[in-house]
Amino acid sequence: MNMTTETIEAMERPPVTMASRLEGELLEVSMGPQHPSTHGVFRMNVALEGEIVRKLKPVFGYLHRNHEQIGEHTSYLGSMPYTDRLDYFCSMSNNWAYALSVEKLAGIEVPERAEYLRVILAELTRLQNHASLLGFLLSDMGAWGTPLMYAFREREKILDLFESLSGSRMMCDYMRFGGCRLDASDEWLARAKQIVDRFPEFLDEFEELILGNEIVIGRTQNVGKISAELAINSGITGPMVRASGVNYDIRKVDGYGFYRRFKFRIPLGEHGDTYDRLMMRALEMHESVSILQQAFAQIQPGPVLNPKVKVRAFRPPVGEAYGRIEAPKGELGFYLISDGSPNPYRYRVRPPSFINLTILEDMCLGHTVADVMVILGSVDIVMGEVDR
Amino acid sequence: MIGTGILKGMAVTARNFVGSYFDKERLITVQYPEERTPLPENYRNFPILIYDNDPQAGLRCVACKICEKECPPQCIYIVKSDDKKPDYMGKPQFYPKVFDIDISVCMSCQICVEVCPFEAIKMDKDFELSKRERFDSLLLRREQLSKSNEYYHKIHPVEAAAVDKNLADAAAAAEAKKKAAAEAAAKVAAAKATAAKTTPVPPAAGSSASTSEASS
Ligand code: SF4
Ligand code: SF4
Repeated sequence: MNMTTETIEAMERPPVTMASRLEGELLEVSMGPQHPSTHGVFRMNVALEGEIVRKLKPVFGYLHRNHEQIGEHTSYLGSMPYTDRLDYFCSMSNNWAYALSVEKLAGIEVPERAEYLRVILAELTRLQNHASLLGFLLSDMGAWGTPLMYAFREREKILDLFESLSGSRMMCDYMRFGGCRLDASDEWLARAKQIVDRFPEFLDEFEELILGNEIVIGRTQNVGKISAELAINSGITGPMVRASGVNYDIRKVDGYGFYRRFKFRIPLGEHGDTYDRLMMRALEMHESVSILQQAFAQIQPGPVLNPKVKVRAFRPPVGEAYGRIEAPKGELGFYLISDGSPNPYRYRVRPPSFINLTILEDMCLGHTVADVMVILGSVDIVMGEVDR
Repeated sequence: MIGTGILKGMAVTARNFVGSYFDKERLITVQYPEERTPLPENYRNFPILIYDNDPQAGLRCVACKICEKECPPQCIYIVKSDDKKPDYMGKPQFYPKVFDIDISVCMSCQICVEVCPFEAIKMDKDFELSKRERFDSLLLRREQLSKSNEYYHKIHPVEAAAVDKNLADAAAAAEAKKKAAAEAAAKVAAAKATAAKTTPVPPAAGSSASTSEASS
């Protein structure tokens, strides 16, 4: 146990009286996924009464890389590859959010084909993010390996698509201001379509594997409830807020990109518990598949990059812009202030999983230690994005 | 009934287990060092410098230092030469006396490739780069970075063909321009010669002709 006196004081140990001694003192435990290959390096200071969590304090910052400061010292284009490293599961949607805010700042048009490619890539990202999240969540519950490996098998196919398009599996660095770096060939689109068409097969199999499982239901239903009111007040976004029944999806609200051209539904939860959050991901994947199929049907040949945008010495006009997208984990936004120089004056990231993590304590109080891991898994955090 | 969900899940795993013996789609891993999946055309790892014919004289890089300036983690280090050597179009150009890339810092972002105006730096596909030494063996020098155009064609066939075509077009355009300029110059000279016979040459016309010749 590695606790500083400060944190212990912060947890306000209740005065020891005869009664509380009989009931048992609070035990402080420092726990958390601490291996970089789990959710990241993260610590929770939990005060336990027996097995029940009475207080919980998340401790962030072990993966801090000074992302925003670096962004203020590199050129606008130079920050693009750094955004890949925010949420390293979803580099394509990070690229899009950043490109979107720079395009807003400089008033850049994006060609039609590039918009379609962006939608395709962002939805593929959502598929692989949600699939692996379900795998991780199951592995947090103790279903070691099997569901995760099934999810990774599907994710691998999507990562192969990313690799053959952008050159890298996870650090894609694919989008540029005013479009995309390279065009997708017809073979690539055909291959992607084939993979997407077969994805529902995997979804059905996966749902059969886990969603009816009594242990999964027992461990997730009524665990970690968030009321709709709390969800709105705390500013959480993405599948988390929709699981509480709040109809808020930036794809519908802002209609950025070409999302207004597609027909899709927003799944909404009812109880705001872990099971609803889990189901949100499963249902969203079905909707993503439908968006992808519409996009494959609508995409037309054409240019993918606005030729007016300069590669070297790109200087947007003085001003500020906030561009946001519905990333798989929630609202991902970039706030940029330009003073007319090649570097942004201010570069701020609004990462979804950081803000979603702020209500961890509200979700965990009154549950057992074992539930904390499940609840944390259902938040869907990536520490690269939380700590930046 | 309690337990049916679990049994259903077990049926799925059993199907996958048995299927992995018969169905290729369910068995997707390969035994890596012996078996390899082919790398896609666009795969990128670390930058290399391209040369035509000769590793010393044929380097396309002209040490303009644009890539050094644009590289986000600043892992390129270039020292410009003092003398010039002819490039692929026969124009005298500087060349890099020192060109180092620290690939332990490089993040494979390909921005150097995008900003280079001379098609001189491209991405390699070699990913088996572990080294035994602790210190600067991942700091690649110019000699280690230099790769022939044939090697580039081998790793990125489609892209390299497009690049070669662009370079050939540029060279042809430059050649045509030179020819046109020479013809224009000859015409001007002829006109000058005939004009000189009759009237004195106005100095402005003569000087503008010679500047356009020099700049072309
Ligand atoms: S590689 Fe290209 S950009 Fe870099 S110094 Fe050489 S010519 Fe200039
Ligand atoms: S790939 Fe990126 S990080 Fe590597 S040398 Fe080129 S610009 Fe620098």
